[in-house]
Formats: sequence, C-alpha cells, structure tokens
Amino acid sequence: MVLALIERDGEGVLTAASADVLAAARDLADDLGAGVGAVAVGDAGDLPDDLVKRGVSTLHLLRHELLADGGPATVGEALAQLVAREQPVAVLAAATDAATEAMAWAAARVGVPLATACTAIRPGPGDGDRPWEVTRERAGGILLEDAVLDAPIRFATLGTGTRTPTETAAAAEVTVRAFVPELDAAVPRARLVERRARASGMTLATAPVVVSGGRGVGSAEGYAVLEELAGLVGGAVGCSRVATNNGWRPHADQVGLTGTRVSPDLYIACGISGATQHWVGCMNARAILAVNTDPEAPMVSRATWAVIGDVHEVLPAVVEELRRRSGG
Amino acid sequence: MTPFPDRAQVVVIGAGIVGNAVVHHLARLGWRDVLLVDKGPLPDPGGSTGHASNFVFPVDHSREITLLTADSMRQYTELGTLTTCGGIEVARTPERVQELDRRMSSARAWGIDAELITPAEVAGKVPFLDPSPLLGAFWTPSVAVVDPLRAGELMRERASAAGALTVAALTEVLAIDTQDGRVRRVRTDRGDVECEYVVVACGVWSPRIAALAGATIPLTPAVHQMIDVGPIAELAATGREIAFPIIRDMDPFMYERQSGADLEIGSYAHRPILCDPDEIPSNAAAALSPTQLPFTADDFDPQMEAALELFAGILDRPDAGIRHAINGLLSLTPDGHPLLGETPEVAGLWSAAAVWIKEGPGVGRLIAEWMTAGVPEIDPHAADVARFAPHERTRAHVRARAAEGYNKTYGIIHPREQWSSDRGARRSPFFPREEALGAEFFEVAGWERPQWYRSNEPLVAELGVEDRPHEWDARWWSPIINAEHLAMRRSVAMIDLSAFAQFDVRGPGALAYLQHLCIAQVDRPVGRVIYTPVLGPDGGFRSDLTVVRLGDQHFRVVTGGSDGARDLHWFTRHLPADGSVALADVTSAVCTLGLWGPRARDVLAAVTDDDVSHEGFPFATGRTVTVGSIPVLALRLSYVGELGWELHAPTECGLRLWDTIAEAGVPHGIVPAGIGVYGTTARLEKGYRLMGHELDGEHGPVEAGLALPGLKSADFVGKAAYTKAREGEPEATLCTLTLDASAHRRHPQGGEPVLTADGERITDRRGRPSYVTSAGAGPSLRTHLLMAYLPPWHAAEGTGLLVEYLGERYPVTVARAGRTPLFDPDDARMR
Amino acid sequence: MDVLVCVKRVPAVGTEILLTPDAAAIDTRHLGFTIGPHEECAVEKAVRIAERTGGAAGVLTVGPPEADEQLRYALSMGADHAVRVEAPVADPDPELTAAAVVGALPDLRPYDLVLFGEASADAGHAQVGFRVAAALGRPVVGGVKGIGTDGSRVRLERHVDDGVEVHEAPLPAIAAVLEGLNLPRYPTIKGRLRAKKAPIRVLPGPVVTGGLRTLRLRHRPEARAQTVVLGRGAAAAPAVVDVLAELGRVR
Repeated sequence: MVLALIERDGEGVLTAASADVLAAARDLADDLGAGVGAVAVGDAGDLPDDLVKRGVSTLHLLRHELLADGGPATVGEALAQLVAREQPVAVLAAATDAATEAMAWAAARVGVPLATACTAIRPGPGDGDRPWEVTRERAGGILLEDAVLDAPIRFATLGTGTRTPTETAAAAEVTVRAFVPELDAAVPRARLVERRARASGMTLATAPVVVSGGRGVGSAEGYAVLEELAGLVGGAVGCSRVATNNGWRPHADQVGLTGTRVSPDLYIACGISGATQHWVGCMNARAILAVNTDPEAPMVSRATWAVIGDVHEVLPAVVEELRRRSGG
Repeated sequence: MTPFPDRAQVVVIGAGIVGNAVVHHLARLGWRDVLLVDKGPLPDPGGSTGHASNFVFPVDHSREITLLTADSMRQYTELGTLTTCGGIEVARTPERVQELDRRMSSARAWGIDAELITPAEVAGKVPFLDPSPLLGAFWTPSVAVVDPLRAGELMRERASAAGALTVAALTEVLAIDTQDGRVRRVRTDRGDVECEYVVVACGVWSPRIAALAGATIPLTPAVHQMIDVGPIAELAATGREIAFPIIRDMDPFMYERQSGADLEIGSYAHRPILCDPDEIPSNAAAALSPTQLPFTADDFDPQMEAALELFAGILDRPDAGIRHAINGLLSLTPDGHPLLGETPEVAGLWSAAAVWIKEGPGVGRLIAEWMTAGVPEIDPHAADVARFAPHERTRAHVRARAAEGYNKTYGIIHPREQWSSDRGARRSPFFPREEALGAEFFEVAGWERPQWYRSNEPLVAELGVEDRPHEWDARWWSPIINAEHLAMRRSVAMIDLSAFAQFDVRGPGALAYLQHLCIAQVDRPVGRVIYTPVLGPDGGFRSDLTVVRLGDQHFRVVTGGSDGARDLHWFTRHLPADGSVALADVTSAVCTLGLWGPRARDVLAAVTDDDVSHEGFPFATGRTVTVGSIPVLALRLSYVGELGWELHAPTECGLRLWDTIAEAGVPHGIVPAGIGVYGTTARLEKGYRLMGHELDGEHGPVEAGLALPGLKSADFVGKAAYTKAREGEPEATLCTLTLDASAHRRHPQGGEPVLTADGERITDRRGRPSYVTSAGAGPSLRTHLLMAYLPPWHAAEGTGLLVEYLGERYPVTVARAGRTPLFDPDDARMR
Repeated sequence: MDVLVCVKRVPAVGTEILLTPDAAAIDTRHLGFTIGPHEECAVEKAVRIAERTGGAAGVLTVGPPEADEQLRYALSMGADHAVRVEAPVADPDPELTAAAVVGALPDLRPYDLVLFGEASADAGHAQVGFRVAAALGRPVVGGVKGIGTDGSRVRLERHVDDGVEVHEAPLPAIAAVLEGLNLPRYPTIKGRLRAKKAPIRVLPGPVVTGGLRTLRLRHRPEARAQTVVLGRGAAAAPAVVDVLAELGRVR
C-alpha cells in the first residue's frame, strides 16, 4: 500500500497539488504492485467519486475532535498512528507547508526519514525493500539532490509540477474507512484560535501577472507605477528582498526563496538583477519580461523578453500606451 | 551587442579605472582603433575598482606617486567625479608624530597644501571623534573621494565619441598569441582579434592574463578588509555621501570615512591574506563580486577596538550595525610600486597593473603617452614593470615581499629600510669573506651587498668618526661607513661591485647600435672606457652607464645593479632587426671588485706583472691584466674620486681575486669598504650623480651638468632634445649643498624640500620643485652634503637656503653649482 | 522568558552555484557562510523577547567547529549564550539534527520557547522543528510570522495561502518562523567584540546518521531563454504592450 495524504480547498475539492501526489502514488503503486490509499482529514464529502477515477482503493478519514483546531502537528500525530497500523510501503504528500509539517511530525513519530520537495521517487530494485532513491529540490530548486531514502516506510513530499495527472485505470471502488486516532486532550498542544481571511483581491501566489520591483525601483514611492501597471493588466505587485530590507514593501510582497514562490503567466521583473535567491521564487513563471538598465543582468539573460532601460522611464510609457490602446 | 572586430591596433584588457583611462587617453592622443574587453559586465566588471574605498590622499613620500595622484585628481575633477572632503592623518605615538613632520616635509616638497594640527582641531573638524588618544595630526584640505566607476563610464564615452573605441564586455580573453616576441592576436570567446598592442589592465587578474602571452606581471592579489557601520544619525543628517574629513588612524593601520549614513572602516593591520589570481571566483560564482571575498571577522576584531577608541560616540550604539563587511582584493607588488610599461618578455604587451584608485587616471595618461611618444611626461622608472630581476618575478618572491609589505601600507618606512623576506637570492663570490668580516648586507635587485663591515669598527675611534645622535638619522646607518671612507682616502679600499649589470655587445652592427643609444662618442679606440648618459626620446635620462670598447665589434656595457633589468629591456628593444648585433647579459658571468685609494696602484702592482703605471695604464682605459693567475678585465675609472680600478673577473675566480687583493693589500693598509662609501659618501664628495636620484626622466644631461664638451655627429635617441637643451640656458642646475655647521647634529636623508632663506618653496620655470635628491656625509669635507636641482636664480655658489627636515628648517649653502667636485676639484687624486 | 534559537551554518552563494568535483556538496572555496534569513529573524525575535522579559536568548547549532562562526554571529546580534552540538558529518541530515537538539536540551536551561527557521537556506528539509516537537511532545506551529507571549502562553501567527491563522499554545512551545517576522538587526561592533570572547558550550551529539543520505547534487536543467530584446527605454513601450495583448492582458 502506498498512502497519500491529501488536502482539499475551501470548497472541499481536491487540490491540484494533491492530485499530482495521487498520480505519483499511483505510478509508484503500479511499479510495486500495490494499492493506493488516500488519507484525508474530516468527512468524505465528494472525495470518493473523485478518488475512484484516480485509482485510489481506500480512503482513510482521520476523525477526532482535536483535529478541528489542532493544526498540522495533530494531523501528523493521527497520520503516524494510521501508518503504524497500516504499515504502508510509502507515504506521500504534497510539499505544502501544512502537509510537510504533518509529514515531519509523523515521520518523527514513526522513526523514519522524510524526503521533502521531491521531484522523483525511484523504488529500490527487487522487492522494494532495498533503499530507494529520490531526487529532491535544494536551495529553493536551483539545485537538485539525488539521495538515498533508506527506511522501511518511505515518507516523501512532492514538489509542484512533479507529475501531470493523467487518466489512469480507475479502481473498482473506493473503500472509505474512518480512523480515529488516540489523541489526549491533556497533552499540551497548539490550538487554532482565529482565522483571518486575506483581504479580498488577488494574491501574489495566484495572480496571473506579477509586476515585481527590485533595487532599480529606488524607493517606496517608486512602486506607484508598478501598482498602476498591475491594476491595468489584472496583476499583483511583488518585490525582491532588497525592497523588503529597505522597507519599501512589506515582506508579504517578497518573491523568492524566503518569500513567496510565484508561477504566473507573466512575471514582469523591474529593476531586479536576478540573484539566485530571487530567481527561485519566479522561475516557474510561464514567461518573464525583464526591465533593467543592465543588459547583462542575470534576470535579463533568463527572461523571455527584455527592455533595456530605467524602470521609471519604461513603465510610465507602457502605462500610457496601455491606456491609449484600451481607449481610456 | 556591437559586432566584435577581427582586428584592432590595440586591445586593452580590463575595464576598471585603469583600462578606461588608458583607452580615453589613447583616443585623446589620436589612436583610432582601440578595443576594450572585459570578462565582466559594465559598468562594474567585478574588479577592485568596484569596491574600493575611493578616497585620495595626495601626499606621498614618492614624487612619482604624488605626481600621478595629482594628475588623477585633476582628471577626476574635470570629469565631475571628485568630492573634496579633506583628510586627516592622526598620530597616537611620538614616532608617528615625527612621521607626520616628515609627511609635512613631503607635502611642502611637492607643493601640496597641508598643515599640522592639534588633536583639538581634529575634533573641531570631526565632531564625533574623541581626540584623547591622539598626539597630533596632519591635515590635507584637498583630500577627496572619487567615483571611479562613473569616471570610467565617462572616459569610455569620450573615447567612443571620438570614434576610437569599441567596448566588448562579457568577453573573456582565452589566449594571447605572439610571433617573434611580439603580440599578434588576442583570442576571446567572441572571436580572435589581430592587434599590434595589448594593454593588460586587469588588476588582480593581470598575472594570469600576461601569462597567456608568456610574460610576467609580478603582483599578487591580497585582502584588504573593510566594514560599513550604520546607520548613524549625524552622518545621515548630512544627506551627503561624504561631508566630514576622512580619518587615517595611522598607528593601528586603519581609516574611517563617512559613506552616506555609514562609517566605513578599512584596515591594513590584519595578517597578510594573499590569493592566487587563478583562484578568484567568477562573477557568477561569487556571492558579492569576484574581488569581494567573504569577510574573515577574526582578522578585523582589533580594528574594531581601535575604531571604538576614536568613535565610541557614534559606533557604540545599538542601532549602528555592521551592514557590510568584505575581504576586498587589491594588488600587491614586491616593492609596493605599480607595474607599468611594456613587459620585457613580449614586445607590444603592456602592463598597467597594481594601481590604486587615486592613481588610475594618471596612470592611464602615462601609459598612453608612453605608448605614443616612447616616453611619458612623468618619469616612470620606479614603476617600470621591467625593473625586476628574474627571481623577483617568481611567485614565491612576490608573495614573500607582498606579505611583508602589506602592513607597511600605513607603516613608517625609513628611506633606507631593508626587506627581510626572501633575502640572499643573489650573492657575489666574495660573500663568504664578507660574511666573515661582519658585513651588514643591503639588497639591490636581489644582490646582497655589504653596506659596511663590522670588522672596521675599530676605525671609528681611530679616525675620530662621530655617531649620529638622533635615532632616525642613525637608523640603517653606521659610523663605520664614514670610517671606511676615511680609510680609503688614507690608504686603499676594496669594494664589492658584483651587482653591476653587464652586457656584452658584439657584431658588425655593434658600434652603430651603441652610437644610437649613447650620447657619448662610442667610436673610440679599443681599450677606451666611455662614460655616457642614455636618454629617452625627450632628452631625459633613461640611464647612465659605462661602455668599454673591447674590440672592433665588441663592447661591454656596465650599468648599475638597480637599473640592470630596465636597461636590459631598453637595450633589447633597440636591437636592430637584421641580426647584426648580439646582446648578451653577462652579469652572472662576471664579478667585480673595486680597488681604490692612494695605495691602489701599489696593491695592484704587487699582484700583476702588467704595467699599471699612469702612463702604461692611463685613466679611462681598460684592458686585461693578470692578477696572480687570474685574467682580469681592469678598468681605470672611479666613482669615489681615488686612483684605482674596477677589476672584472670570471665569477668562479672571484674568491681567488678577493684573497689575492686582500693579501697584497695588507702592507698598504687595505680595508674592505661597503656601498655606504661607494654609493653615498665618496660619490657625494665628488659630486657624482646617481640614476634614480639626480638622474631621471624629468632632467637631461645639461641640467645634470653631464653634457659633453662636443656633440657627436651620429644620431642618437634624444639627440634633438639634447641639442636644444645645449643651446639654451638650463631651467635648473644640479647643485651640491652643504649643511651649515649650526645644523651638524641633524642629517637629512633625501626627499626634503629646499626652501629659500625666507622659507618659501622653490620651483623652476617648468614648475619642478627643488628638493634633496641625495644626502649623505662628506667625511673628508667634514660636513653633510645634499644635492638638489635649483633654478638659475638660486644656483649660485654661496647662496644661503633652508632644508626642511622632520619639522625643522636647517640652513644650507650652495657649495657647488654644476659638476665640479667639492672634494679634489682637479681630480688630482685619480691620477 | 528564555528562548533558544536553532541555526544552521549555510554557504552564502552567488548567482551560480559551483559543486565540488564529486558533486557531493557545494564548492565553498570562495564562499562565506551565514545563517538563513528565517533564522536571522528567529534570532532577532529571541533577542527582543529576552530584552523585554529579562530572560535569556540562546543559540544552538548542530555541526562542526566551523559553525562556531555562525553562533558568534548570532551572539553579536544580541544572543547571550551559545551551544554547539557536535555532529559526525558537515551537513547533518534532519533526523540527526533533531536527535542532536533533543539530546542536548536536557543539559540546557528549560527554555520556554524554541525557535527554528522554517527551512534551512541550503538543504531546505523543513522538518527539524516538527521532529523535535514530536519527540518532546510539545506544541509546535510552523510558518510563523508573528509571535506574542504573556509568559505562560504564546500566540503564533501562521501565514497560510488564504490568510492568517492564529494559534495559541502553552509554554514551553516550539515554532518554525519565516522571514518577515521582523527586520533583523545587524551585529554591532560591541556585539561582535563581546561575541568573540563569549564561551561556546560544546555538547556531544549523536553519531548515527539518519536514513536520508545525499548521493550527489545536480544543477536543474535550465531551459536557456533566448531573450528577445523589445527595445530600449520608453521607446519599447508599444512592443511591451503588444506582448501584453498577446497574453490577453490588455482590456
């Protein structure tokens, strides 16, 4: 059995990342001649109908009142107990923050390693009891690491884009099983006490266009033209670490290794040289437009399109041209 | 990108301040096919120009460096890239206070406005500085910070606007092809370029690039640590990059300067941290830039303590953080001077390396002039890349001297100070005897030469020589020198001169070749010894040396050890292309023993059967005599003003020669004498000039008093200028001055300004200052002697002037204007 | 309140990361070392809490003696004591690191709060804090960008995709924090001089490594873009808008 810890969005729909995980789990299970079990928190909802198409034979529902406000650590504890009972050959999850945290706790409780942010998993030869190999992202994805994963139960989280879900042989049916872990309310734990939704509007992580500014913007005031452009093209404003360190923008706007990783259709990098730590945050963009005075800046050489020039000359002209073409 | 050319007249490699300045000045001087390449991006390719602290202190003890700096400041100003902020060198120790006095003298000598101020005045100019650790300070109002990256951009723009320049950034030089000893082609990752000249202006990478052509540029990258601490409200409030004077805290070898809201602290105190050019990371692989290496905090800690002593008021604040800290790379050379000029190994391959920001534009001009006219306006001899002996070009030597020299950056360097690392590379065959006699060895071009012999200590009392009462005057000096001098004049001395560089010139074209290089008539009978200046195209001194005609087509050239490498380069470059002249460096094959004094003939006669009488062996002749069983080339001439000979023998016979002469000399009271006598006391009494001191590119034979009675008909390098100078009145005359008796307890050592009796600076009509070119004892004249160029209105015997030495002014008198010796003016003793 | 921050020595890399000839590690010959931005924020937070509450801010690392440099950096930021747990390898795996921290804690003062960076800047395993919490049975929250405490409980603001979650936990607790928690200070000169002289307590660590072992590092195959230069300066605006129109972003 290959277990996959899956997540659902606010509407109860399987997330894209979890769909990827299920596809990878199915591939792995096929290799090993095993089944795929999914693990979710809470009620079944519409999941079984979806999961059956993805070749999942069992859905384990983690159920406990403490899971309601317990956060990833509590999920991890429940998962650990399920794993102890099921003894799967592998446990997979998406490399989201919450899933990674739950997996980390669970792996620690089971006493096995956890390979995070994997892009490939290769079972060992033979019966699958030999050490496996994984490829995982390091340094934010600039480097790949081939590593041995030597454990009786292999825990791994999968980076986004690892595997595009394809049609797979549907399972006959999904058996839904509730699993009620033994959780002690007396054990000190963190409790979710409040949830504040982000102010409505586009988020950096999901915006189709990100207009991002770096050292070349020069000041907090300099971002006005970036805001304007973002508004016109339906995008969000981001920034590099230089801008955050100078106090020009809040850290929430920071794109990069230690900020947000974005994957928009278009990333407009204004006055950003393209240091590694920034690049890993935007390298998944489908296209990049770089505006930079230095034609040799790394961001320029990696961009799809480039304009050589000062941000404060180029962007106002672009804004003006946009307004002209859209007739206003 | 601009199309990459397949040929250029000159390829300049390196787009730092130096490379940019070179292309600018080449364009200005009419060059039209200049290609500038750099491996890195523009405007900051990643070299030392991009991270330097960029301040300029104009006063240096070296005239050459001072001139280059002054020229650079003019250029930075003209480009609008210079901000004057003033600078203060502060002293925490009495010895440093004296050094500041000496700097004051240098400032006056070179005509730079400066003054000594009190610690309280320092605090007045820099209000957040605690003056209590200070004893004194040296204030230079013209100290400035510059923007070398912007200056470089402007220089490129100008050269481009003149239609002279193609710029290729991100272009890596892969190879430099040579043919028949000349550069032919630069191979890059963007294509090959045929060219006639290559200028290596690659800073810390220069050795690596020169090596592609088979040449050496002897420097090593070394770390200089810098940190920025801030923000500091007082600095931020100025709203300027720099609003307060720069402090050079000389004793702990560090500086502090405002950099916007931060205080930048730099150090020359830490252990030498040397790198290899091959080990410098690429732009992409470096975290900051290739020449900004990771900061090694432990090395800097003592400097933080020292900085707190002066600046606790602003540095000891919780919000003043260390915002930037680097191990910046700079270039160090074996002697601390830049590496300029054509490399001796490869014609057309020029070096413009080991240059500080403060000298960059001036060096650019110097190199461009040198390439264009064959000689630059500022005499480059101390910076000539050809100045090194072969062993001085090795990695081991460069690193040893750089390691020793790093902490001298802000050190107090005595003018006679000797290096201690990597000594003993070159020893004459006399060395064992000299060592046994307790020789104190000084170094020239790697040669170990006795400066004096402790075995002569008893002579000090016997001859009544006085010691020098002041420690600074007596440092790297001994009264034994004066005793050896008097003993030579009394009887006879033997002097090791094996450090002479010697070249053999042979072939059908030999005579014409030497005629072309020397101002003296070389077409003299076989056996004649000819003293001659060697001039540059502008008529300034290139060298002075002795030529001996050994045969119809065979000459020997004998020149000073310190000039040997430069002269060899000069002679090599002028060889005719037709192969009619063979030039061989025979320095290592020949050892030389000087034998001079009233009893010299007696000594020589005792060991040879050859005729050494005045008639049989006249002055200014040379021939082979047999000393014992050794054939020796004896040259009858003298640099010490006594009867005698230079005895040149095969090196392997040297020890025998020494022993033979020493033994024969015993009855005549022979003493070994050191270079202290040969190079200073005896020559100064005779008014003999020394290359690099009195003789330099800024002066010609007429001013130096070395013009010859006749002008030969053969053409020679510098003839036009020399001829013109002979026809007019000299703008300056080399004079010998004596220190007045009232000042006899102090001993100026050279470099001091010569002032009028009223204390005014003296300059000639060309703006050249009068300063002491050489100074030393005249034991036989019982005075202290100085040489200086003086304009005609002061160059009159008997004129009373002043010399400023370590903060005091001493009366001196012009004792001789021109070349007539003070001692034995008729040269009677040499007969 | 006493706070402990766990930090890791990581190379400060440039645009291009060079690997050792055997590709087992990053070539650090030309590189300096640092602690990651997340961890700098953690140190800053610990120092502020200690300053405010009169407690202590400790810093701990698991690694070779060279890692003392990073401990001293944290000390120069204001941490007041430092501990290094020895590790048998230069780049310890997460299981080993967690075991080392768990093993060391009983020898140290009882910290109210132990902070980790969300992930190290080099390996990025993103799990040590949770492993330590699991081993000790302590409350733990990750992705933390805000910490408030009254001395007995801690309020932790955790950033998630669609907003902010606030978690509360009794002390002692553990948190993995993100850059943006605060703006970390630079070390001061006095701090550096104090840090230089401060003792570093060295504790023995586990000798058995975990089950995740690096074989080799590789560069991600980068699809080299053939950059199309649309123009220079303001003159490029029409071409830029053409591109935006092509992508359907002109309304």
